[in-house]
Amino acid sequence: MAATKTSKEQRYDRQLRLWGDHGQEALENAHVCLINATATGTETLKNLVLPGIGAFTIVDGHTVSGEDVGNNFFLSSSSIGKNRAQAATELLQELNSDVSGNFVEENPDKLLDNDPEFFHRFTLVIGVQLPESTCLRLGSVLWSASVPFLVCKTYGLIGYMRLVVKEHTVIESHPDNALEDLRLDQPFAELKSHIQSYDLESMEKKDHSHTPWIIIVAKYLEKWLSEHNSQPPKNYKEKEAFRQLIRQGILKNDNDVPEDEENFEEAVKNVNTALNPTKIPTAVEDLINSEQCSNITSQSASFWVMLRAIKEFIQSEGNGSLPVRGTIPDMIADSQKFINLQNVYREKAMQDAAAVSKHVECILQSVGKVSCKNASFLRVVCCRSLAEEYSVDSVNKDEITSYMDSPDSEMVLYLMLRAVDRFYQQHSRYPGVYNYQVEEDISKLKLCVNSLLQEYSLNVNIKDDYIHEFCRYGAAEPHTVAAFLGGSAAQEVIKIISHQFVPFNNTFIYNAMSQTSATFQL
Amino acid sequence: MNLLLFSLFREKKRRRVVELTEKMVVDGGTGTRCEWEGRWNHVRKFLERSGPFTHPDFEASTESLQFMLDTCKILVIGAGGLGCELLKDLALSGFCNIHVVDMDTIDVSNLNRQFLFRPKDVGRPKADVAAEFINSRIPGCCVVPYPFESNAFCVEFHIIVCGLDSIVARRWMNGMLLSLLVYEDGVLDPSSIIPLIDGGTEGFKGNARVILPGMTACIDCTLELYPPQINFPMCTIASMPRLPEHCIEYVRILLWPKEKPFGDGVGLDGDDPDHIQWVYQKSLERAAEFSITGVTYRLTQGVVKRIIPAVASTNAVIAGKGQNPGIVKFAYIPLNNYMVFNDVDGLYTYTFEAERKENCSACSQVPQDLHFSPSSKLQEVLDYLTESASLQMKSPAITATVEGKNKTLYLQSVASIEQRTRPNLSKTLKELGLSDGQELAIADVTTPQTMLFRLSFTS
Repeated sequence: MAATKTSKEQRYDRQLRLWGDHGQEALENAHVCLINATATGTETLKNLVLPGIGAFTIVDGHTVSGEDVGNNFFLSSSSIGKNRAQAATELLQELNSDVSGNFVEENPDKLLDNDPEFFHRFTLVIGVQLPESTCLRLGSVLWSASVPFLVCKTYGLIGYMRLVVKEHTVIESHPDNALEDLRLDQPFAELKSHIQSYDLESMEKKDHSHTPWIIIVAKYLEKWLSEHNSQPPKNYKEKEAFRQLIRQGILKNDNDVPEDEENFEEAVKNVNTALNPTKIPTAVEDLINSEQCSNITSQSASFWVMLRAIKEFIQSEGNGSLPVRGTIPDMIADSQKFINLQNVYREKAMQDAAAVSKHVECILQSVGKVSCKNASFLRVVCCRSLAEEYSVDSVNKDEITSYMDSPDSEMVLYLMLRAVDRFYQQHSRYPGVYNYQVEEDISKLKLCVNSLLQEYSLNVNIKDDYIHEFCRYGAAEPHTVAAFLGGSAAQEVIKIISHQFVPFNNTFIYNAMSQTSATFQL
Repeated sequence: MNLLLFSLFREKKRRRVVELTEKMVVDGGTGTRCEWEGRWNHVRKFLERSGPFTHPDFEASTESLQFMLDTCKILVIGAGGLGCELLKDLALSGFCNIHVVDMDTIDVSNLNRQFLFRPKDVGRPKADVAAEFINSRIPGCCVVPYPFESNAFCVEFHIIVCGLDSIVARRWMNGMLLSLLVYEDGVLDPSSIIPLIDGGTEGFKGNARVILPGMTACIDCTLELYPPQINFPMCTIASMPRLPEHCIEYVRILLWPKEKPFGDGVGLDGDDPDHIQWVYQKSLERAAEFSITGVTYRLTQGVVKRIIPAVASTNAVIAGKGQNPGIVKFAYIPLNNYMVFNDVDGLYTYTFEAERKENCSACSQVPQDLHFSPSSKLQEVLDYLTESASLQMKSPAITATVEGKNKTLYLQSVASIEQRTRPNLSKTLKELGLSDGQELAIADVTTPQTMLFRLSFTS
């Protein structure tokens, strides 16, 4: 089987560099359900099948129409008249033989009537182009079963995604610009003694010029603290003075001209980074103080157990701080000095991780290591249920009205999508599908808009232009918008399955007219 | 002015140009379209219905669809991650005349996102396989492949869409389209403008932009937006490694040429697993010397090949974003021209208008000045051309007219000429016979047209 492993590693190489072997494993153990194999649906699945998702099941009761084939890469003209789930499964399956493709020739409403537990088996369900009633029913079943639900819709030039997940934990958020964890404001014992082992004054030039900037800053910080009543540089003026102090440490040659010491230049440049106070990020503080962390039961997810262990660490061995991360940025230094310094941080991190592990009761040893390195970046995403979003009692009026202060904000598109759903509810069709309907549906759609705003007591104004535009769309699903949404949706699904990177919370709107997008929490 | 009008202008011009002989399509489309009921319903609603947000010049009619189906000719450059998505998007939006250029062949590592290719296609030219697949899956679509380098036929096309993987190639394309612009009495003839839609992705990030050569910011106007390539200092690699990457670069740059492990003159091939294995082992040894941890086979390959991580989803998003201008903007106002996307944390998009650089070396038509003292050496001029953030040339060739004769001052790409002109690098500009105000003609792989610089002597 070595050959198969190598060829899979080769095939998935470019994505393994993003989410690692463990992320890939999570993907290969997942089974997602797609409801409705329209272009948006098949494009989403394509972007999951290609990276090797374990299995997919398409649920679709529709037969393929000529219109369907026109915008869908995974339907061919020979599938006209066939069941859409079956036709799409064939062409999607063909993309990747590692993936197991299945289909159910059934309307989701029927399944909800007869066998709602059918949906419990899935890692995640993707609902595409669903009418409001089906969406809400399905949402309720999945919420009770704690199965994440991603709602997607392409409506004309508008893309819409809604993520519904009760509690999604992220250990590896992979932040783009993370602050370093250097502990220079409160050096731990091993770091202190390592710093002490250096004597800058008595060093030879070669060593002096290749001492890591972390050491340099630490030394000069010691000097500063002794001269400033143990107060570190706080404002710009003081930091400038501190930089000057460091510059003065640059060796001078016989003619009193400063030598070229790049490591000192690095030290000066990194003063701000070095002086960043060691602090527990607010997001992590909130998690530690949360109810789930305080009340650990046998039902608690391992994420919370581990977080609790970190909390206990903070209160004991950590002396108020998180476990040391253990990495340092690259910097000018000779190999030995750099490696030795790096090892001081690394060993402390391992020590702290071991301490956390001790606080953890069961088999979370490996999770413990990963979590400690990422302790600053732990995130939890909780999305409200659809029921809460749609209920008059708990609708997020503030969010809606504040965004609608700008009448062309993407929020108006959200309201229009809701209005269009209402239209479908009343007329069993979408507005403006046929040319002759476009004009006459405008007033009908306007009634739906008004009833929507009234029902939720939303004191906002929707321009007639948008009502006209949504009639114009005629519920079209242009392929390029479906492709954009398919890419976006697939990546969010991968985030949920792998618990890496942070998913959106909870409503995403894409406007292909203006090429803009927005995320709302509804 | 919207893209549809541009395309119609260009169509008039195109008919005056003599057509190149085209390769007949393989497998599938024969030029006659197979239609079925409702096929273009989704597209029609945008082209045949007016709306409140469409471009003021847009007129809803059935002609636009016909134009797209029958006449509009699009060139797609690159049939890789973005290219596959672009071909699909264009074909499903009604564009039936597509040409695709790509010199590469298919590799196993392409299969996680370049969905027009299968394991059995590994080794075949990307352009050919992509064309075959699209033509057979989408009846009536005629994708013509060019699995080789192709110049001087851009003028055939209404729109050019790029999915390239190098900045140098983008700049070349950019320069090519700029060279096609026609000015009459100093006024730009709009029918000579070929819109360029360019996109790029890296992991979970990407961008898409619309360039109207001569009108909007070009690639070179925004050169500084591209992140610089990481190159470690030689002294770090040679004597003071700290990171596993330093160890790998040591083996690649210093050890390989010294030990020639696979024979004389055999260069390091990042696609050869035996080569990578050798580099990996030697890198481990180097790392062990300095107690450095972290060298893995995957890292080794990544460093040697300068691998950029890639997934299907980002390519799908950027192609969808970039291609929207192509079809949507036929009817709508093309807004701000540069869009970025990042879905590491939620989904982030940002659109802005990249501005033209007043003295852009590619599109401003402002003569570029070179300020040097007559005692400066030619090497200094060469360094400036390669290191300046706004020029970033790769291996410029410098010629000048001295005493009435055309003289090559320095040229790198031909070994014999390089040897002959190398001594000039250490001569001063005065010694080379150059005078103040002199024009230097400089050619480079980043620009299809020779660039003229004016030498301006400082005291």
